[in-house]
Amino acid sequence: MAVAQQAKQDLTESRITALDLPQGGVWGNAARADALARLRAMGLPTRRDEYWKFTDPTSLTQVAAPRAALFEAKDEGPIFDGVDRLRVVFVDGVFDPEQSDDLSLSGVEIERLSDAMARDIHWAREFYGKLETAGQVPVVRPLAALNTAFAQDGIVIRATGKAEKPVSIIYLHRSENSDAILHHVVRVEEGAELTVLENGPAAARFNKCMEISVADRGTFHHLRAQGRDHERRAATHMFARLGEESVYKSFTLTVNGVLTRNEHVIELTGDDAIAHVAGAAMGDARTHPYHHDDTVFITHDAERCESRQVFKKVLRNGAEGVFQGKILVKPGAQKTDGYQISQALLLDEEASFQAKPELEIYADDVKCSHGSTTGAIDETALFYLRARGVPRETATDLLVLAFIDEAISEIEDERLANDIRVRLQMWLERRRRG
Amino acid sequence: MLTIKNLHVKLEDEDKQILKGVDLTVEAGKVHAIMGPNGSGKSTLSYVLSGRDGYEVTDGSATLEGEDLLEMEPEERAAAGLFLAFQYPVEIPGVGNMTFLRTAVNAQRKARGEDEISAGDFLKLVREKAKTLKIDAEMLKRPVNVGFSGGEKKRNEILQMAMLEPKMCILDETDSGLDVDAMKLVSDGVNALRDAGRGFLVITHYQRLLDHIKPDVVHIMADGRIVKTGGPELALEVEKNGYADILNEVA
Repeated sequence: MAVAQQAKQDLTESRITALDLPQGGVWGNAARADALARLRAMGLPTRRDEYWKFTDPTSLTQVAAPRAALFEAKDEGPIFDGVDRLRVVFVDGVFDPEQSDDLSLSGVEIERLSDAMARDIHWAREFYGKLETAGQVPVVRPLAALNTAFAQDGIVIRATGKAEKPVSIIYLHRSENSDAILHHVVRVEEGAELTVLENGPAAARFNKCMEISVADRGTFHHLRAQGRDHERRAATHMFARLGEESVYKSFTLTVNGVLTRNEHVIELTGDDAIAHVAGAAMGDARTHPYHHDDTVFITHDAERCESRQVFKKVLRNGAEGVFQGKILVKPGAQKTDGYQISQALLLDEEASFQAKPELEIYADDVKCSHGSTTGAIDETALFYLRARGVPRETATDLLVLAFIDEAISEIEDERLANDIRVRLQMWLERRRRG
Repeated sequence: MLTIKNLHVKLEDEDKQILKGVDLTVEAGKVHAIMGPNGSGKSTLSYVLSGRDGYEVTDGSATLEGEDLLEMEPEERAAAGLFLAFQYPVEIPGVGNMTFLRTAVNAQRKARGEDEISAGDFLKLVREKAKTLKIDAEMLKRPVNVGFSGGEKKRNEILQMAMLEPKMCILDETDSGLDVDAMKLVSDGVNALRDAGRGFLVITHYQRLLDHIKPDVVHIMADGRIVKTGGPELALEVEKNGYADILNEVA
């Protein structure tokens, strides 16, 4: 064990040494120093860690980002193009004011993280790194601590009313060796409403952290389409804390990507709060490996809260899927309604899915359920479609879309849900053309 | 239209012969009925013709207008003009009935080198055909066969048949699970499609469906073979005396 500990420490130190600790502002420096100390204490993850049993973190922790070729989608426009939104563009992890819209929006304050940190008195001071720190218990998330310490850029968003339109964060990938670390802070004030959209591959390697604090009766919607670069790698964390009667709804679409690990750490701290997290992942490892990991930890610490996790994966040609989902119901969190489902459709014998659903309940009057299934395509349905003249590949795609739609239909905004559906269809058509 | 010669079929996974030399020819414009007791091989014949997995043809042939059906994928058989109305139509959650219909119609047109039907024309056509089968807009919107009653499922099969306009229609126990009114609706739908260029093979246990869909030829199938062929009166004989007499007669 001592040898393993030493190796972990060496790994952590070599990664830290290769990074520059950004400087700027009293509270920012303090938060970064604190995160750095915590990172050193916990050490970067290795395959030996229980929490990384199904996903090898090596390429996420090694000093240099592995090269990732750029994906050029010549035959399709950018996602969310038809949506009226405020665009915030990052190129390889650096804010690009030229391509971004003016950061002014009715009902919302938006600033670049470095600008916020430059001011000694700023609302973000009370939030930066705070939920990340809280989210390190009972399971450590060292990549998030690394993020808080070394984040190169990011934005802070405060919704004070109903946001006039969604804030759309666009991550462009232009350099094959880019290593981006971004940290966003979101504060939804009492009764305020905000939608954040994210899309794009961001970088060859992307470490992103978003801390979201939703005050009483606030509403936060999040919709993400992760970029399709085959060779990109990403480790993302969403840390959320929810007040009374607040709503948090997040959906992620992931197609392609050598390695993606999306973590959600959500704490329901006010009575009657609602948290829904959904994800649809499609992987075909025919030309490039595909590994997708959804790791969710939801803590119920108030009464009558509802949480819902719906994750669907369609995997083929050796693509790998992982789901680790936990619902923790603390003592006193009575009338909790917790639901979790993770399902994988494996289109051949090479594809694999590992699921670790967990419930830990310390209250006696709760309703919690979880389920996980792994299955092949329904041959009877496939034959029925083919008997009507639909070729095998088209019929398979129809059944795939039907399977994954249960996750997509978690998206409240029908127009955004359709954007996601169109993306998936395009992806399937491109795949079919080879 | 459909020519079956000396067709021998066994189950793929076990050593069990189901069809033991079926000979049958359905001419264009004619309705043939196959009747027979349970386990005689009627449904197997329909599955083998439509290309379902799990069967092995050990001898014989089946052609549609001279084309070898047995060499084709199920979707190719459909595009060539073969249609099987399922005894148990399959429920497909998540796939809308309209999407399914449009995909099927266009896939067949594409396979035949024809242009896809426009969304407007398609919608018009579906509405028109659905109306005669008393299929409402709600049913068209729902996922394929999900939550449909037995009668609705069978009507949905006939709607597909009407949309796809096949040359050769096989109806596998389309009467099972239907009440009198539904049987009338379904039969009317089938009769509306009767045409000089189209052949029908109606598989049924009972004569009552044949009161509505009047056959030109009736075959009795037993133990994997056609044991007797005659006119519509043969169906009445079965209705009156059961299969036992006929089977004894040919034994």
